[in-house]
Amino acid sequence: MEQLLKILEDNARLPVEDIAAMLDKSPAEVAAMMDLARAQGLIKGYKTLVDWEKAGVNRVEAVIELHVSPKKSRGFDDIANTIASFEEVESVLLMSGGYDLQLVIKGKTFQEIALFVAKRLSPLDDVLSTATHFVLRTYKKEGKLYQMDEIDERECTML
Amino acid sequence: MNYDKLLAPAAVSMRPSGIRKFFDLAAEMPECISLGVGEPDFKTPWAIREAGIDSLEHGRTTYTSNAGLKELRMEIARYLKRRMHLNYDPLSQILVTVGGSEAIDMCVRALVAPGDEVIIPEPCFVCYEPITTLSGGVPVHLPCRPEDDFRLKADALKAAITPRTKLLILPFPNNPTGAVMEKEDLEAIAEVLRGTDVMVLSDEIYAELTYGSEPFVSIASLPGMAERTVVVNGFSKTYAMTGWRLGYAAGPAQVIKIMTKIHQSAIMSAPTTSQYAAVVALRECDKEIERMRDEYNMRRRLVVKSFNDMGLTCFEPKGAFYAFPCIKSTGMTSQEFCSTLLEKKHVAIIPGDAFGASGEGYCRVSYAYSVSHLKEALKRIGEFLAELKAARGEA
Repeated sequence: MEQLLKILEDNARLPVEDIAAMLDKSPAEVAAMMDLARAQGLIKGYKTLVDWEKAGVNRVEAVIELHVSPKKSRGFDDIANTIASFEEVESVLLMSGGYDLQLVIKGKTFQEIALFVAKRLSPLDDVLSTATHFVLRTYKKEGKLYQMDEIDERECTML
Repeated sequence: MNYDKLLAPAAVSMRPSGIRKFFDLAAEMPECISLGVGEPDFKTPWAIREAGIDSLEHGRTTYTSNAGLKELRMEIARYLKRRMHLNYDPLSQILVTVGGSEAIDMCVRALVAPGDEVIIPEPCFVCYEPITTLSGGVPVHLPCRPEDDFRLKADALKAAITPRTKLLILPFPNNPTGAVMEKEDLEAIAEVLRGTDVMVLSDEIYAELTYGSEPFVSIASLPGMAERTVVVNGFSKTYAMTGWRLGYAAGPAQVIKIMTKIHQSAIMSAPTTSQYAAVVALRECDKEIERMRDEYNMRRRLVVKSFNDMGLTCFEPKGAFYAFPCIKSTGMTSQEFCSTLLEKKHVAIIPGDAFGASGEGYCRVSYAYSVSHLKEALKRIGEFLAELKAARGEA
């Protein structure tokens, strides 16, 4: 199962027949494993990595650092789940170090993100402070390069 | 100057000859996708690169001892013991070289006198023959057959041995076929050699890249064989370190001593930065080997199945990172198949006869590429075959 998940993590669009060949299994077996992985919540979903800058579509992305006040019995879970339920929020991570939660927010404009922080995040009782950092440019994401092509520099003739 | 007269005939007539044109053509096609390289697509694991950088930061930029850093030779001895069950004295039986290639060169030069015969099982890596010829040796080609899974058979070896036979090259896991020799195959070979004065050069550069249920076995680990075997290995394939140019030979002290003497004259010592990096490779990177092998194995299965599905029979390669599909069903020679494929579909693979006459009818396909690269190349080869069929009027 781990190998299947690794293959899918790298390329979710590989045909089941190819994955089956790679894992020395039948396509039916692989399909069943994928169903099981989804049912068990091991696979959370399939998405596409889009270079929006190249596509000429305006998108703004920001990383927000939050200090929050944890609750006695539930720690950070309550506030983290509350924030995670906001549609604008792409990811919510509990961090070690200088702050508590890190959010990634996507919006159409700077304004939209600023308003989200001012009107929805900051007023939450448990949010003590926020620091918003806008993403200026993406160089690499999910292991894929965005600003340059992967170049195969191997050119030695070895027979 | 008439260079044709000046240049040494033995060097001028060296193989490989005709294949150069093919590569030049491929290099001129910007949209050409290659399955031709013979080196890993992985980057050298970071811990190894860091060790190289660290050695430079500490100013370790002098020659090392001729045979190589003592620390490295000790790690090599431990590694050969740990993973290959071989026992070598690091101080007298190991020589660190500039890649496995230099180890092959030194071994042949140390052993082969003019007129000595060197048995070279084919298809194989093309360096053995020219190196033999330059030493005045006589290459004796021994074809390995597809019906034997491209393994060297004891009876064929026995028939090829003459009073002049000096050396047997044992290139397994094999480039280009991906064939491996299992323990019983090696036992049979050893049985033929024990009691003769024939030495073995066991080129084990792909030893860590085997995919069968049986682990790799070195012929030197069999009874009576260590004294007649020079093991050649290196860091290029195992640790994705081709550009570091580092390999080694391990064998009987008397042979290693002479090899070291030639190495001292020709090379001085292997690259120092690479030697420090290699110490870390041997000490810390067993896990990285597994990771890369698992990845190659998945690609191997994909490539082999794809060729068989296309109708190009592909024997299951159990080692290295090459597949060796049979193209005889197309009615073309290997050269015709590869040059037409290159011209029509801009895919570069290597004609099997480049690796010896017995490779005719086959092509070498490297799977040291990403899955998406392999898929694109395989798709084009599939289209090419379909077009060939259509042109022949088959459905």
